[in-house]
Amino acid sequence: MADSNPTADWNPLGQVYYRKFEVYAMQWKDHVDLSRSRSVAAPFGGPIAIIRDDKKSQKQSSAKMEIQIFNAAGAQIGGIKWEYAGRLVGMGWSVQEDLICILDDGSVMLYDLHGTFKRVFSMGGDSRGHRVIECKVFMSSSGSTGVAVLTGNYQFYVVSDVSQENARIRHMAQTPGLDRPPSSWVILPEDRVVRVLIAMDSQLFLVDSTQAEPMSPPVNAMPSSWVSMAVSFNHKFLAMFGNNGSLWVGTADLQNVYCECNTNATEVPHDLVWCGSGAILAHWDNLLFMVGPEKDWVKYFIEGNVVLVPEPDGLRIIDNCVHEFLQKVPDVVEKVFKIGSLAPGAVLYDAMREFERKSPKADEYVRSVKDQLSEAVEQCTLAAGAEYEPSRQRSLLRAASFGKCFVASYQPTQFVLMCQHLRVLNAVRDFRVAMPLTHTQLERLTLPVLIDRLILRRQYCLAIRICDYLRLPAQQGASRILAHWACYKVQQSAVDDAEVARAIVTKLRDTPGISYTEIATKAKDFGRQELAIRLLDFEPRSADQVPLLMKMKRDELALSKAIESGDTDLVYTVVMHLRESRELADFLMFIRGYPQAMSLFAQYCRQQDREMLIDLYYQDDRLVDGANVHLLDSLKDKGWDFQFQKLTKAQEMYQQGQNRFAAEVAGDHLKLIQIQRQLQERTDQPFLGEPLGDTVHKSFLYNQAPVAEKLRKDFKIPDKRFWWIKLKALAESRQWLELDRFAKSKKSPIGYEPFFEACLEHGSRVEAMKYIAKVPAASKPRCFIKCKAWEQAAEAAFAVRNDEALDQILMKCGPGYGSLQERIQEMKAQLRQKY
Amino acid sequence: HLSNGRVDLGLLRQSLRAEFIECLNQCDGSKALVWDDKLTGPFSLIAEYSLLKAHGVDKMYPLRAGSLPSCEMQHIIFLTRPKLSNMDMIADNIRDAAHDRLKEFSVYFVPRKTMLCERRLEELGVYGNLTHIEEYCLDIIPFDNDLLSLELPLSFRECCLEKDNTSLFYVARSLMTIQALYGTIPNIHGKGPCAKLVVDMISRMRRESPSQGPAVMPQIDSLLLLDRSVDLVSPMLSQLTYEGLLDELYGISNTAVKLPPEKFMSQDEEKGAAAPVPTGPKLITLNSGNELFGELRDLNYQAVGPLLSRKAKRVTTQMEERHEAKTVRQLKIFVTRLPHLQETRQSVSTHTSIAELLKEKVFNDDFMENLRTEQELCAGVDTDGAHPFVEMLIAKKAPILKVLRLICLQCIVNNGFKPKLMDYYKREIIQTYGVVHLLTLDNLEKVNLLHGKISPTFNMLRKTFRLTVDSVDEVNPQDISYVYSGFAPLSVRLAQHLSRPAGWRSIDQALRQIPGPLVEEKQSLPAGLQLKKSQNPRVTLVFFFGSEEAQSSDFSKGTASEEED
Repeated sequence: MADSNPTADWNPLGQVYYRKFEVYAMQWKDHVDLSRSRSVAAPFGGPIAIIRDDKKSQKQSSAKMEIQIFNAAGAQIGGIKWEYAGRLVGMGWSVQEDLICILDDGSVMLYDLHGTFKRVFSMGGDSRGHRVIECKVFMSSSGSTGVAVLTGNYQFYVVSDVSQENARIRHMAQTPGLDRPPSSWVILPEDRVVRVLIAMDSQLFLVDSTQAEPMSPPVNAMPSSWVSMAVSFNHKFLAMFGNNGSLWVGTADLQNVYCECNTNATEVPHDLVWCGSGAILAHWDNLLFMVGPEKDWVKYFIEGNVVLVPEPDGLRIIDNCVHEFLQKVPDVVEKVFKIGSLAPGAVLYDAMREFERKSPKADEYVRSVKDQLSEAVEQCTLAAGAEYEPSRQRSLLRAASFGKCFVASYQPTQFVLMCQHLRVLNAVRDFRVAMPLTHTQLERLTLPVLIDRLILRRQYCLAIRICDYLRLPAQQGASRILAHWACYKVQQSAVDDAEVARAIVTKLRDTPGISYTEIATKAKDFGRQELAIRLLDFEPRSADQVPLLMKMKRDELALSKAIESGDTDLVYTVVMHLRESRELADFLMFIRGYPQAMSLFAQYCRQQDREMLIDLYYQDDRLVDGANVHLLDSLKDKGWDFQFQKLTKAQEMYQQGQNRFAAEVAGDHLKLIQIQRQLQERTDQPFLGEPLGDTVHKSFLYNQAPVAEKLRKDFKIPDKRFWWIKLKALAESRQWLELDRFAKSKKSPIGYEPFFEACLEHGSRVEAMKYIAKVPAASKPRCFIKCKAWEQAAEAAFAVRNDEALDQILMKCGPGYGSLQERIQEMKAQLRQKY
Repeated sequence: HLSNGRVDLGLLRQSLRAEFIECLNQCDGSKALVWDDKLTGPFSLIAEYSLLKAHGVDKMYPLRAGSLPSCEMQHIIFLTRPKLSNMDMIADNIRDAAHDRLKEFSVYFVPRKTMLCERRLEELGVYGNLTHIEEYCLDIIPFDNDLLSLELPLSFRECCLEKDNTSLFYVARSLMTIQALYGTIPNIHGKGPCAKLVVDMISRMRRESPSQGPAVMPQIDSLLLLDRSVDLVSPMLSQLTYEGLLDELYGISNTAVKLPPEKFMSQDEEKGAAAPVPTGPKLITLNSGNELFGELRDLNYQAVGPLLSRKAKRVTTQMEERHEAKTVRQLKIFVTRLPHLQETRQSVSTHTSIAELLKEKVFNDDFMENLRTEQELCAGVDTDGAHPFVEMLIAKKAPILKVLRLICLQCIVNNGFKPKLMDYYKREIIQTYGVVHLLTLDNLEKVNLLHGKISPTFNMLRKTFRLTVDSVDEVNPQDISYVYSGFAPLSVRLAQHLSRPAGWRSIDQALRQIPGPLVEEKQSLPAGLQLKKSQNPRVTLVFFFGSEEAQSSDFSKGTASEEED
């Protein structure tokens, strides 16, 4: 092949060349007859859907139809048993490679490329009542797939993106005078608007959702009716065929005309399609008639019926036996291979061939283009990309490789990328994969989409190898593919759960970022609960895992997984779900088994529902905690009866819960509030709820000394503390006499310095001075200093040889005490002597 | 000031800011923010008012029950902790203003949206009124160049008492944030149940999201997680560093302290003849952005005075230099230094006032007596019976916190109380402070701050870790024990041991004596990011769960430390 003349299949069309070559021999050769069926194929080497045509086969039994789906090489990959009452009006493929079926009742069904039903939506409006009579599937300018229908009352409805659920359905404006089917119509997507070009005989209207605008393109030989129209793949050009045999080619806005040529045909062509954007083909029985922009034309003879699939850079022609590709010979290929071409690429190619023949001419050739060598290498590289035949790709790449040896500082990126892409392309062009993509198409499609499409075709292994080969990150590549593989795997109902789970886990173990939840959801949707649960066990993201477990009613598992995660919000989610789905008693029993969940629920109750909190503690045998709640509640309310009741309850529960100490405390407090009630009545002062100490304190303040004494006895208040309380209370109420009596009642357990301090604090220096006598000698200086009794302080300090205190006095007493200062200096001197 | 530490925490702040701005930009129109009180402090460290203003925030209100003050703003944004009680207030606010059809409402949860709160909003019937219900992940907040905090003041209570580990989840998440910014931390050590849980969560989260964007060169080589329960002694002691005392006596929150204004009037308003009436407490921001505070913060209070007077002298002499400046050139040099000098003089004067305030409080009998008692207890003197000083405090009805701190301290150093002593203390407290403290005491027992006799461990710890140090030089400290004038916190000792070459291996025995699981884990680093035998000293991130003090944050060379409240 490599040596065969690369220009052998070139056909000149005016200044340029077109070539047509075989892509696949169709495997459906003996099963499918295109002339007896309707067929529709997806662009970018996509699948082909075929349905036996009821018009052609003369049978009206639409009920038992079957849609068959083939790959580009004619192998069947799916089928749909048609069981709907509605008549199928049209089909098409979306960019996601979903098969779109439009029914006459206005419903639009989506199937994947294996014929699995995905979803259905309705075109709404009049489509149901008036039936859909015609429809078209189109690609919008944003790259999404749209559907347009014409209803029986001649209204147009358009959806511009079928992949969106709830996509908006637009009603197109009324076309004036449209009271019968238009002679032809076509969708003109432009930016974000979708317009319909409608031909009513020779009249043209451009209709959008607001208005219908009559159009008058420049036409020389006006036909009486435009019977066929076609828009190029890039939406820029329009072709119209008139019933007088004239073919009009111009811009899509109908402003400019490129050519108008008369085909002399009287019959309406079956089809009018663009080949890329440079030529238009009309299809009659056994004939394809190609017209270029300069009225040049080429005829191709064909056998039987064909499917014509416009591609961005050409046209696929599929018949009963072969799948061919018709394209304009790419410029760069033309440069390299055109006979007599002197383009640097061509020279380099020849040089390489001479080199292989070990001919010195090679050197001569290379020298002749030595200034253009990088361009030559680029041309050979790009030409390799544009060639379909691997052997020819190879020789072109060899030429490029040969040439780049002579280029100083060559940037190899383009060359390396091209090699990589060609390797991928050749792999997917294999008839078992059947994606006959050209390099141009791959660049438009992008690699990630190619991987997606391989996944759709269940070519998992190839997809992963490609990802590995191209070193795509795992997240985009291998992980994603394996996840899809696993989703597919769980649908194989023949294999048992354990086996599937094992197979999946072994394969996915080392792959990061796998969502087991997604796979498990698939399994669950497929009715395989057990498998779903097995798989979910491997899900590292609890936030995904737990909700699904709850959906499958695996409450225990959901709760323990939530707890394991440490995410308390997740635990709450399960707990609240349980609370709602179960009886209270049942719920409390259940949650007992999970201490963390229990404490979280308790936390919730503490804020929201105290009754529930007590129930909860009771159920859990946490009587002391329950009692604590009662105790706390008792303190909130100022009403005596309420307090009494709550406290009694708390005391009971402390007893039941065997907390002897707390029960005693509660009991004591019960006693206390009873006394407090009496005190309140007697003194008209608030006592309720005060601590015991304060109660005693206030009893002294309000002349209830006997009650205070009783409290002391009843509650066994230790001596020291009682002395402190009484002392402070008496000093505070300035009952100096009483205080004096108290001090003398017996030897103070707390010493007499507190008496001194208390008196001083409450403003009686005189009273305070009284008690200094009883204070231990060591503390006396400090006390006198506090009373600012400097002389006495000095004496006391001297007595206990406190040099530091003497210094302090010296500093503090101030200038008025000259003699004292002298005396202190003396004292200090004496002290020093003695040591 | 965040960026001049060993690890650039400014980066964290930047990323938090950017995220916040993104949140604001999500909401259209002029905005009014309604703040959960708990959040104003933390947010002040992230975004200042001018930033908010620049992004369309015109009004701010505190979140209160009832109705919002009427305002013109189009979009009302609530910023709240995920607390149910806040939801009620938000619902109140919205219901009241919802009649205005032009207004939009959004709720941003900090640090995360919870199911309970969302449900609550639904139950209250305002869920549908909300334009955005999102979360703003402000979990860890940079306080200073070596200090971060989660600002969850109740976490100790929630984790240890109520067994609600929500805050631990936040901790784990924040550690993931840190690792995303500063690289995976290869070594993790931890002690205590919380530490264990958090380490488990971190490794779980790592599994959940294996690849998080571009790998970052690790800047932190080890992480130390310490439960408060490991070292319950130090929070019971009075803090004695400059910053610690300020916190102890006035309370530092979000790096700012409120002080009585009188002390500051004279200096600030020296020239104004009629000094304005002090309006409220003076708010002083404390962070190492202030050079002087940076030097002072970790000094023992006894060392503060000398340093301040040295500084004051130096400033004065430097100011005097202007008289010596003779040539124009010399004058010029002086003038360029002037702003810095004035600033220094100002801050010396501020801190001198603060130091005076502290001195008044510190040099009185009560504080000293308290301190002596603490030190005696730590040294193991007189720990077996009822302590007379404690008895006296109770009898005088001193603040209960002070009393409980001492009792808990005594309990720990005494390896628990005999039942008789326990009941005696409890009864004394209940009788003096009220029956409600039966619950307080019960809670203290639940978190193990009070307990019955246990096998003696404290003495062992004291010896192994040299917790008490006899001769301490507070002014020129050689050992960390200076912070408590003779007592070294166990947590710090643990961190010190970790930074030694032998790590924790040498103290394995002792570590096992401390209750709570011991965690040691290595996290594998992405290929190519292994630390080279670094020229730089190692950086350790220390995480305390439920810490209450602002003390001892930097203890060994090159250690960025961290606290979590």
